[in-house]
Amino acid sequence: MFLAATTLAYGLALGAAVAAEPISVMSFGGAYQEAQRKAVFGAYAEETGRPVSEQEYGGEIAKIKAMIDSGNTTIDVVDVDAPTLLQGCDEGIFETIDWEKIGPKSDWLAGTTSECGVGTIVYATILSYDEDKLATPPTKLADLFDLANFPGRRGLWKNPATNLEFALLADGVAPQDVYATLATPEGLDRAFAKLDTIKKEIVWWEAGAQAPQLLASGEVAMTTAWNGRIFNANKEGRNFGIVWDNQILDSNYWVIPKGAKDMEGSLAFIRFAVEPKVLAGIAKYIPYGPVRTTAAAEVAPEDAKNLPTSPDNLTTSLTLDNAFWADHGDEIRKRFTTWLSN
Amino acid sequence: MTETLSLSAPAPPAGLGAALRRAERPNRLRAFALALPALLFLVVTFAAPIGLFLTTAVRNPEVRAVLPQTIAALDGWDGHSTPGEEAFIALAADLARAKEDNTAAALGKRLNYESAGMRSRIMSVVRHLGNFKDGALAPQFAALDPVWASPDLWAVIKRNASPMTPYYLLTSVDLGQDASGGIARVEESQAVFLDILGRTLWIAGLVTVATLVLGFPTAYVVSLAPSRIAGFLLLLVLLPLWTSLLVRTTAWVVLLQTDGVINQALLALGLTTEKLQLMLTRFGTVTAMTHIQLPFTILPILSVMKSIPEGQMRAARSLGAPPFFAFWRVYAPQTLPGVAAGCLMTFILSLGYYITPALVGGPRDQMMSNFIATYINRDLNWGMAAALAGLLLVMTLSIYLAFLRLVGAERIKLG
Repeated sequence: MFLAATTLAYGLALGAAVAAEPISVMSFGGAYQEAQRKAVFGAYAEETGRPVSEQEYGGEIAKIKAMIDSGNTTIDVVDVDAPTLLQGCDEGIFETIDWEKIGPKSDWLAGTTSECGVGTIVYATILSYDEDKLATPPTKLADLFDLANFPGRRGLWKNPATNLEFALLADGVAPQDVYATLATPEGLDRAFAKLDTIKKEIVWWEAGAQAPQLLASGEVAMTTAWNGRIFNANKEGRNFGIVWDNQILDSNYWVIPKGAKDMEGSLAFIRFAVEPKVLAGIAKYIPYGPVRTTAAAEVAPEDAKNLPTSPDNLTTSLTLDNAFWADHGDEIRKRFTTWLSN
Repeated sequence: MTETLSLSAPAPPAGLGAALRRAERPNRLRAFALALPALLFLVVTFAAPIGLFLTTAVRNPEVRAVLPQTIAALDGWDGHSTPGEEAFIALAADLARAKEDNTAAALGKRLNYESAGMRSRIMSVVRHLGNFKDGALAPQFAALDPVWASPDLWAVIKRNASPMTPYYLLTSVDLGQDASGGIARVEESQAVFLDILGRTLWIAGLVTVATLVLGFPTAYVVSLAPSRIAGFLLLLVLLPLWTSLLVRTTAWVVLLQTDGVINQALLALGLTTEKLQLMLTRFGTVTAMTHIQLPFTILPILSVMKSIPEGQMRAARSLGAPPFFAFWRVYAPQTLPGVAAGCLMTFILSLGYYITPALVGGPRDQMMSNFIATYINRDLNWGMAAALAGLLLVMTLSIYLAFLRLVGAERIKLG
């Protein structure tokens, strides 16, 4: 009798444990995952009774690949950046997403839905300047290339990606035509020729943290930067302005690694994480915009002005084409290297 | 003549040398056995991995492994026109297989090196496989991307059917193969690596000269100083050597930056009226590298200088040589083995610099190692990294051998 009772009790306990088995989610750590924890993970556990077991990584696709190759996929959902999504999708290490179970694709910004991933947030490369130092602040991206009216040095990311796009945008190419133009030799020449006009004044930065430093030290009059970095610098007391014109957007995605144990559970989590209200909550903690237009409407107005996706900021933006860079990056990077040396 | 010689200098009895060698053999074996662990360690952890890695510069497994049927179908192809339907059928079959094995991405990436856009072309066919209709495949491929009708594209596939490729090695010296397989210089905008190699050699040369100019007098002073002061001076030389390279480089960033110590000091002293650009320049790179390399040049020179008897200079002076003449004709030539060793060491170590140019240098100061690291870490293009590493290794070895020839192996004293 005693034995039967303990077995029963044990069985019940086991049953309960199975029901509340946590969903394992991996993201980038830091302030970003902190924002996800506050806006998404907590709400998910509360609503479904299923806790979220968090993992962190640095974005290395090798880590996901190694887990799948070992035959034991222990993580249910992963947050990846766009190049990783592309590579992983090509190599078949992510499960195909059943969009029926997520939401209408038309609600997502163009280029942020994939057969292997669901777009979640958008960040932007923007033009920034120090409001305390510039008497006449720049108001459009083309001012970056206007040395006559806006003299001084410029900070640019030491990478052809984003700079060639900025050059064409400033040269009058419409956002939707930028990659078609860059794919032609004449278009590429045109972009480099535009960069030539400010080449002598360029200070190159490599790590994201350098851009606000260049502004703070007065080394440059203006610089391109990642919007989260500028937001953080302002939180620490700086007074940096952002030019919301022709900013270049890039997104993160939720994916399900191949062989995930509970496909339905993973899909249910993603569906919850991109629900307009939930997704909009992230913007309270970090200035990354929701990729869903219905979510953008849910963001509090005081947060919205900082977001790359707020309707006012979104009129002239360009979405970074990672497939273009996967195809042409090698060749263009070589040309960029020779251009830098001449 | 030979006869006279052999008569006047009789050779030792035949077999004596051999007997001596035989007698010494156990000793030599014992000595060798003692060195064996170190040798094995070097082979296992150093020579073998590097050797294996360098072979990736010519290995070409992707096309062969993923497209066997396509290669067979292209066997009799003339190379000047669009291949026949059988090639398209074979490619579709190979790619269907690749889709299952998840090898299509690796194939696309490999072909993309030689023809930009191949990655997305391959992947779009793979995604489209289920939608192909019955009937001729060639027009359906062309509908996806008209380039599939181009013989040049198929020539790239056929060329890479062989298990070895010259692609990476040719690219590392700015050469390439055209559609017919002939070797030609790549177009101007793609020719990067010879320029980078030249830049690497030039920076290493500048650093070597700078360390010699600064290091020789320092070594001279240390060698002449009374032993207690000499010990202290030597400590000053060695102290930087015991500090991490990264720390020393970062210290230079602090000194050189626009708002840094050097600029502020110059402004305060009224020597300059505006801040100088010292960071992200060739000057900054060479200065920081010179500082880091200085001990490597000083120490061999110092050890040679200490072995030169002091009396020689006095003797030269007493025999009437003016001070500089005595120094230049008597003292300096004897320091040559140390100078040669120090310069060689600094030059070769400088060729491999990576962190310092990356942090202190501008885009024009990035050396070969920066590009090797980029290919390994970011682009995952290990073939290109191996080819560039091989090029750098060959350059280093040839310079070393040329140097030995020039100065003489016995005249280099590495410590």
